[in-house]
Amino acid sequence: MNAASSLHPVLALLLAPLLPGVINRIKALFGGRRGPPLLQLYFDLWKLFRKGAVYSRTTTWVFRAGPLVNFACLVAALALLPLGRVAAPVSFAGDLVLLAYLLGLGRFATVAAALDTGSSFEGMGASREVQFAVFAEPALLAGLAALAHATQSLSLSGMYAAWPAATLPVLALLGAGLFILFLAENCRMPVDDPNTHLELTMIHEVMVLDHGGVDFGFVLWGSALKLWVLGALLAGLLPPPATGHPLADLAVGAGWLLALAAATGAVESVMARVRLLRVPQLLVGAGVLCALGLLLTFR
Amino acid sequence: MSGVIEIILIFLILANLILLGASRLRNAIRIVAWQGLVLGLMPLLAHRDGLVWAAILLGAGSAGIKGFVFPALLNRALRETQASREIEPFVGYVLSLLAGVGVLALSVWFGSRLPLPWPPASNLLVPAGMFTVWTGLFLIVTRRKAITQVLGYVVLENGIFTLGMVLVEAMPLLVELGVLLDIFVAVFVMGIIVFNINREFDHIDSDQLAALKEGGP
Repeated sequence: MNAASSLHPVLALLLAPLLPGVINRIKALFGGRRGPPLLQLYFDLWKLFRKGAVYSRTTTWVFRAGPLVNFACLVAALALLPLGRVAAPVSFAGDLVLLAYLLGLGRFATVAAALDTGSSFEGMGASREVQFAVFAEPALLAGLAALAHATQSLSLSGMYAAWPAATLPVLALLGAGLFILFLAENCRMPVDDPNTHLELTMIHEVMVLDHGGVDFGFVLWGSALKLWVLGALLAGLLPPPATGHPLADLAVGAGWLLALAAATGAVESVMARVRLLRVPQLLVGAGVLCALGLLLTFR
Repeated sequence: MSGVIEIILIFLILANLILLGASRLRNAIRIVAWQGLVLGLMPLLAHRDGLVWAAILLGAGSAGIKGFVFPALLNRALRETQASREIEPFVGYVLSLLAGVGVLALSVWFGSRLPLPWPPASNLLVPAGMFTVWTGLFLIVTRRKAITQVLGYVVLENGIFTLGMVLVEAMPLLVELGVLLDIFVAVFVMGIIVFNINREFDHIDSDQLAALKEGGP
């Protein structure tokens, strides 16, 4: 463990709110608008954290715990997460399974909080979120399993330590699969429209409708962190190999994340959302790509 | 060389998976055409002696027929029947995709156990070929439209062609060209039959042909 490793979680916490800003700027660029400032999410967070929160009388502690548990899970995930060639502060054999389950626990807390409000719309959003998660989680695990098998390493830091550890076609398949997963898990365009305000079609946004003030701040920061966490899994697949200077590696990783945010903005600008019924098919497609990558490592 | 072969084979596998999940007939025809075109490169790459006339002839003939003639025939049949998409396959698209992955795993396992006279150009050759054969059969069995079934037949031939690459030095050119000719005639005839079925019954749902049997109520 070196300085860059321990620096990464702090950097992630501070820089993650920049990613949605980049996405929105790219979307505005495609639309011919000026768009919100790059630092908009920081302003929003500053505003929200100075507010109090209003709680409905029908809700219980489950509702209040939702955003905090989700945020805590993502911070814990950051500790396990290598970025590019920079190793994670904590790493042990099998930490990829813990990462997948931390994401799952965060999702469970959000869904439970949404159900706790008793609102039928939030129930619908929660139902969709878990329905898609059923398809997304096997895809993530298959992708990580393929990487683990290709690199003969069971820890995330070991898997991403070198490049190209796996053969190039495998990396391309995994990259495509994880990119679809990245878009789906973060509720971006082909799966969910983050700008929509029609409750019938929203997925993630509808689950957090009743949160306000500080809680909503943590929800927003949490979703930015989730972009960072899943983006880092993808960024590790990209070149270059380790430069030898940990700080340079860290900068390269962060650069790839910003590029990924820009790519997400471009995808969102040129693609329409697929029909809700087709989303499972898309996610199964992502799973198939990852599974194919896994099969290719078995030769 | 084997790197290029590997990329072609992965393309073949991905095209199969797309076919299993695609509902638009026009897209499916285009994907099968690309499969045929790309497979035309295989004899040139897999042949140990490099560019031999037999390999060039085989590659060019197969790419020409599968990449240009078949799509033109099928597109014509599609235009005349005015069918644009597979409506309700017997097995849904998500299930088809999952079945595809299962069969792919089976093919990889089988490919690793199949004794071959000599090592193939790529480890992936036998699994990919076998998977393509199974995909073709799967399409023929589980889809309703006659055009998709014809496509399944062409995919099946693509698989046999890929498997034939293992024996590319040993298999006489005439055998390969004979297979190609068979397929050509078959697709030609099927294109006409699809058109005639459509003219007679106003649709190309092949499962409804079962109602034609005599002695009905």
